[in-house]
Amino acid sequence: MSFDPVILARLQFALTIGFHILFPTLTIGLALFLAIVEGMWLRTGRAAYLALYRFWVKIFALSFGMGVVSGVVLSYQFGTNFARFSEVTGNILGPLLGYEVLTAFFLEASFLGVMLFGMNRVPPRLHFLATCIVALGTMISAFWILAASSWMHTPAGYRLVDGIFHVESWPAVIFNPSFFYRFPHMLLASFLTTALVVAGVSARHLQDIRTATVARPAFSVATLALAILAPLQIVMGDLHGLQVQRDQPMKVAAMEGLWETTAGAPLLLFAWPDMAAERNHFEIAIPKLASVILQHDPDGTVLGLKEVEPTDRPLVPIVFFSFRIMVGLGFWFLLLGALGLLLRWRGTLYSSRSYALLCMVSAPLGFIATLAGWIVTETGRQPWIVEGLMRTSESISDVPARAILTTLSLFFAVYGTLLLAYLYYLSKLIRQGPQAPDAAPVYAEPPRTAWM
Amino acid sequence: MDATVWIPLVWAGVLCLGLMLYVILDGFDLGIGILFPWGRTDQERDLMMNSIAPHWDGNETWLVLAGGGLFAAFPKAYGLLMTALYIPILFMLFALVFRGVAFEFRFKAERSRGVWDVAFNLGSVLAAFFQGAVLGAFIQGIEVTGDRFTGNVMDWLTPFSLMTGFALVCGYALLGACWLALKTEGDLQRWAFEAGQVLMFVVLAWIAMVSIATPLMSAEVARRWFSLPNLFWLLPIPLLTATVGWMLWRALRRHATRAPFVLTIILFGLGAFGLAVSLWPYTVPRAFTLWETAAPPASQGFLLIGAVALLPLILGYTAYNYWVFRGKVRPGAGYH
Repeated sequence: MSFDPVILARLQFALTIGFHILFPTLTIGLALFLAIVEGMWLRTGRAAYLALYRFWVKIFALSFGMGVVSGVVLSYQFGTNFARFSEVTGNILGPLLGYEVLTAFFLEASFLGVMLFGMNRVPPRLHFLATCIVALGTMISAFWILAASSWMHTPAGYRLVDGIFHVESWPAVIFNPSFFYRFPHMLLASFLTTALVVAGVSARHLQDIRTATVARPAFSVATLALAILAPLQIVMGDLHGLQVQRDQPMKVAAMEGLWETTAGAPLLLFAWPDMAAERNHFEIAIPKLASVILQHDPDGTVLGLKEVEPTDRPLVPIVFFSFRIMVGLGFWFLLLGALGLLLRWRGTLYSSRSYALLCMVSAPLGFIATLAGWIVTETGRQPWIVEGLMRTSESISDVPARAILTTLSLFFAVYGTLLLAYLYYLSKLIRQGPQAPDAAPVYAEPPRTAWM
Repeated sequence: MDATVWIPLVWAGVLCLGLMLYVILDGFDLGIGILFPWGRTDQERDLMMNSIAPHWDGNETWLVLAGGGLFAAFPKAYGLLMTALYIPILFMLFALVFRGVAFEFRFKAERSRGVWDVAFNLGSVLAAFFQGAVLGAFIQGIEVTGDRFTGNVMDWLTPFSLMTGFALVCGYALLGACWLALKTEGDLQRWAFEAGQVLMFVVLAWIAMVSIATPLMSAEVARRWFSLPNLFWLLPIPLLTATVGWMLWRALRRHATRAPFVLTIILFGLGAFGLAVSLWPYTVPRAFTLWETAAPPASQGFLLIGAVALLPLILGYTAYNYWVFRGKVRPGAGYH
């Protein structure tokens, strides 16, 4: 049996990066949430905030650990699976990732130690500073990785010499045409995902009299964040869509399932795209709506997939369905946020059982929306690894398919086990819930005798 | 001097420094993992793990810097080495994954604690072994035709790379024992001194074997070490190694707390210097030099500015992190 090494390498990268992204998505938002909670504790001195911090910092630590170990893998995966790509784009992407390590990873790692283990070892204000630095580090990290990823979609500031990318202008590379859309889109996704997790978990804790007092402020902050962030994300997504249409029209065509270039293109609520026949089955469409959304004009022209050769088209069904999952969930979050506002206005936010249930069910949906979004954007770029310039099929390492298959199976086994273990310990932490507020940590000056 | 000459040189220095810091810092915490089964009680094992819990993440970041730095500064070497060393690199990463999550999972587990003890131990041993094997395979050289790796995916596996693999496991264990001597008291500390004495002789024996095997494998290396006048210039390296070894033995015998850790670091430094002499100036040994694989000055220079500006800062707050957690680790000095 023979396997295509390109497919295997892509599957492996999709698996390792898809697994990894779950954890930063949560920890970027959660670090900010923890900074807010600790800040509130320092300001008010209310023990409930400290209990809340102590509970969520455990979940943060668990998730951050998963992010670290799966992230170390990624720093080597560019070379192990895409060596040609690394050699051709290394001049551009290498320094961006290098800056991520220098400006973010060390910062996060060093102050994480203080944040997790230092409550009795440093004064409270310094500990708060450590939490803030970790939160800042997670966002700096997102900045660089989004710059690198965006460049692959909208390359700029480069010059090709003998098939190798060279840098013309670093500002043009970093602030490439899609960066200012994708970076906020990802940050908002992360904050939304965290808001959903915090709302869902707190909704559960509200049902138990022992944890209800501590869970209230978290539930309040999370549902409020949801109401603000969900509409913002929809607006951001719309702006991002306009930019993708400008820079990567075939990605949009795949998202819309549009084969022919059409004036007044319909919005497909459902369809079954058939790549071989170059048409859709079972279409349910709203006339002209796609043109309205993408051109802000009911008769605007949207390019179809047939504009390019079949070999230059992405895998349409994956992009098409992932896009619908992402957008559908986005509107569900909008509804959930609005409902929260309504209940808050009526004074029943903490007592509504059915709303609590909705929040609990929605807790993991942010991850699904984020993953769906990444699948849309990355699969939609295919067959290019660097849009219009380098094909994915030309980018892999000279490693035999059997070796990739072996490590791919191992990745499945290892990551599968880890995910199960993570979910098991996570649910255990959630079941335990925040401990009842007790005394503040005792910060005592450590002995100053030894040098360590 | 021309920028295309000196910037790659500075980068090679930065990467060597980063790799050296990785080996020392993650070395001692991997060493704790290697020595883990010798922790006699759950409490002793807790102490061992707590002594490194606030530091391991920062330590491992130096490995990410090494990978990221190689990608940025020497992209061609990065691509070739990752292809040639595909299997041991990925296995090292799997091992690091298991040992990394053990820090979190172990303290949350009750019935399944033993599982994460094993994951922590085996993960540490295998990560150290594959790092050593990668080093061995690197010393042997990579088969390249034109611009592409043309060797076999299992070329890395030779008696020599197995030897360097085992050697690094012992070396990290020695670092771990010295760390325990520094951070613990009582029975555990006494045991660390004894383990250190045994490990020290094993490590010195491995260093001697690798030092003999390397010139035997390559005429170029043999010429560099044994031709005149190089011999006189390089003779201090083995002599110093022997002296440091003797001092280390004495320090461990008289139960000095800090000296063994410092001396072991010097021992590692001397070993690294010896390897650098043998491997200079290759980034892909026997195929490409550091200048042939360097990214252009526009790329190397851009990141170098950041590295020069930020590395002192990074070293500063890394030192702060160690300072916050200074002193002996105490039972129950617990988890967040």
